[in-house]
Amino acid sequence: MRIALFVTCLADTMFPEAAKATVALLERLGHEVVFPVEQTCCGQMHVNTGYQKDALPLVRRHVRTFAPYDVIVAPSGSCVGSVRHQHAMVASSAGDTRLAARAADVASRTYELSELLVDVLGIEDVGAYYPHRVTYHPTCHSLRVLRVGDKPLRLLRHVRGLDLVELPDAEQCCGFGGTFAVKNADTSTAMLADKMRHVLDTGADVCTAGDASCLMHIGGGLSRLRTGVRTVHLAEILASTELAR
Amino acid sequence: MKTFLGMPSTAPRGVGHLRGAEPFPAAARKALADPQLRRNLKHATTTIREKSGKVIAELPDWQQLRDAGSALKADTMARLPELLEELEAAVTSAGGVVHWAADAREANAIVTELVKATGHNRVIKVKSMATQEIGLNEALEAAGIDPVETDLAELIVQLGHDEPSHILVPAIHRNRSEIREIFLREMPGVDPALTDDPPVLAAAARRYLRETFLSTKVAISGANFAVAETGTLAVVESEGNGRMCLTLPETLITVMGIEKVVPTWRDLEVFLQLLPRASTGERMNPYTSMWTGVTPGDGPQDFHLVLLDNGRTAVLADEIGRQALHCIRCSACLNVCPVYERTGGHAYGSVYPGPIGAVLSPQLTGIEDNASLPYASSLCGACFDACPVKIDIPSILVHLRTEHVEAQKRPTPESIAMAAVAYTMDHPRLYASAQRAARLSRLAGRRGRGLPPPLNRWTASRDLPDPPEQTFRDWWARR
Repeated sequence: MRIALFVTCLADTMFPEAAKATVALLERLGHEVVFPVEQTCCGQMHVNTGYQKDALPLVRRHVRTFAPYDVIVAPSGSCVGSVRHQHAMVASSAGDTRLAARAADVASRTYELSELLVDVLGIEDVGAYYPHRVTYHPTCHSLRVLRVGDKPLRLLRHVRGLDLVELPDAEQCCGFGGTFAVKNADTSTAMLADKMRHVLDTGADVCTAGDASCLMHIGGGLSRLRTGVRTVHLAEILASTELAR
Repeated sequence: MKTFLGMPSTAPRGVGHLRGAEPFPAAARKALADPQLRRNLKHATTTIREKSGKVIAELPDWQQLRDAGSALKADTMARLPELLEELEAAVTSAGGVVHWAADAREANAIVTELVKATGHNRVIKVKSMATQEIGLNEALEAAGIDPVETDLAELIVQLGHDEPSHILVPAIHRNRSEIREIFLREMPGVDPALTDDPPVLAAAARRYLRETFLSTKVAISGANFAVAETGTLAVVESEGNGRMCLTLPETLITVMGIEKVVPTWRDLEVFLQLLPRASTGERMNPYTSMWTGVTPGDGPQDFHLVLLDNGRTAVLADEIGRQALHCIRCSACLNVCPVYERTGGHAYGSVYPGPIGAVLSPQLTGIEDNASLPYASSLCGACFDACPVKIDIPSILVHLRTEHVEAQKRPTPESIAMAAVAYTMDHPRLYASAQRAARLSRLAGRRGRGLPPPLNRWTASRDLPDPPEQTFRDWWARR
């Protein structure tokens, strides 16, 4: 299958390992990955902070860039959530019904990584090997906007060598929320403190999730406290094999 | 012919409790530093969440009930004027008197005059959000009338000269030793040997309230529902103190937000299943009191219904925001909100706290008076999932943020930065060079600690990762 990678601006700029892992994983599974270089950002930060008008050209760019592809994947629940639930709305609010229709069409072919693997490619055992104690944080947008359910966990349970430990109060937000983490930094930190406590309680070496943004937040806190616990994107775990080690 | 009557007005300033003294982040900062509050909130919200989750799981048709509740509210809002007139006619023909109050001031004046006309100077009150919203107790006190809250938690709040911090559990921020102190200091005729044992505290309140019930001739209530078809009012409660107020006095005055009307009697079937399971985690609430006008020889012989707008028509005018009027005040969104769980209700500055408050208060007052509230959410979506009438709170939050940004008359540092980022993101070459420049952020020091404001609010508690040697697109171009 020919799959277009929607890398997301955050993974592109700050967490390229998650994006490279997505490419490596899909190629290992026998698929062709293409990277449309005209892509930049889905505009979610603008929409969620109240700058819908500034987001409009970004929505237009995203739709134009990805319209030619049948299957699009992103290593992010949040950015796919924005494509699916915000792009058409931003276009409609601006009175551009044609763009809204095209955006809805692109959205219908856009998948978060675990959705692509489990729903589209029908695979739960991707042949990965990752000998670490891992806990999984279900990010809010993958859970409540995309409804990925236990797909990421099903993928993780098939990873050889991986000791999966359940995260207490897993479904509570880590406190990131984009500009929320800056505008309401104290409340965000209080939420993060509880999330970190739960992660540490599991005794895991690694906290994983499907979103680089939430991992940046949780990882930023775990690093500040010198806990030694790392954050690793789900794609990187699924891309790991015995050969690669 | 159509006549434009202008935009409906918002709730007036200087009266009632819809506006806080400071923006949410500043108020939240103080609340976060209160360990007792944090412990109480964590315990209470966790307990209610678990209880509610259990009884909701018992119903195979919970999602269909939510859909029905949502559809009934949407239908009601679409024909609110005719339903209110139908309600007025039904209440009037059943012997009640209906009053229309455009805002908090009018409602307070109407109620004060009605109480004065009875010749009594004390009223008993059923727990009511609408009368808290308009500051009715203060208005009555200013007119020499003594209002006594009879809901136990509201009584604690009132005696403590305090503000409620939760829709359902208004004294959630108090512990039993604080309650004991408040009772000893403020409750008339209290036993000086009072302990902080909860049954002892409840018994003290009961003794005080029983005397008050038996000697007070006027009661004031809110309403959970009003049936347009029959003119029936409904109050749902747990303690039975509401029923005392609704049945013992001679005069009953009910203040109700205009959005509380439902079209027909059978619509209650849906809401009376949704409300207790979503709010207290009970299959059925202990007391559901319903009354239709006046029944000769039984209950209050003088019944007044005050229909309150106070900004609701302005909310109704907003196609996205109007969903907030569907709220049945169950407080499920508060109990699942990770922000509310940590800050409590006072940080929101309004009688309506939590996610529903963050979308309702700014709409009732106009966004300029509550501009920080729509940002008091990480948009995690837990509120939308929990709402028994499926109010899409995250979408309304984003809508109100947009409204706030677009109402700004001149550019702000944030709007300039946002426009610059959007411009860069729309020019891939510029974006690629900006990415490379991001590596210069190493100049900001290890773990980004030298970032300028407002970004240093991130690094106050979290490290920034070191920027990678190579962006993904550079790697892709060279592979």
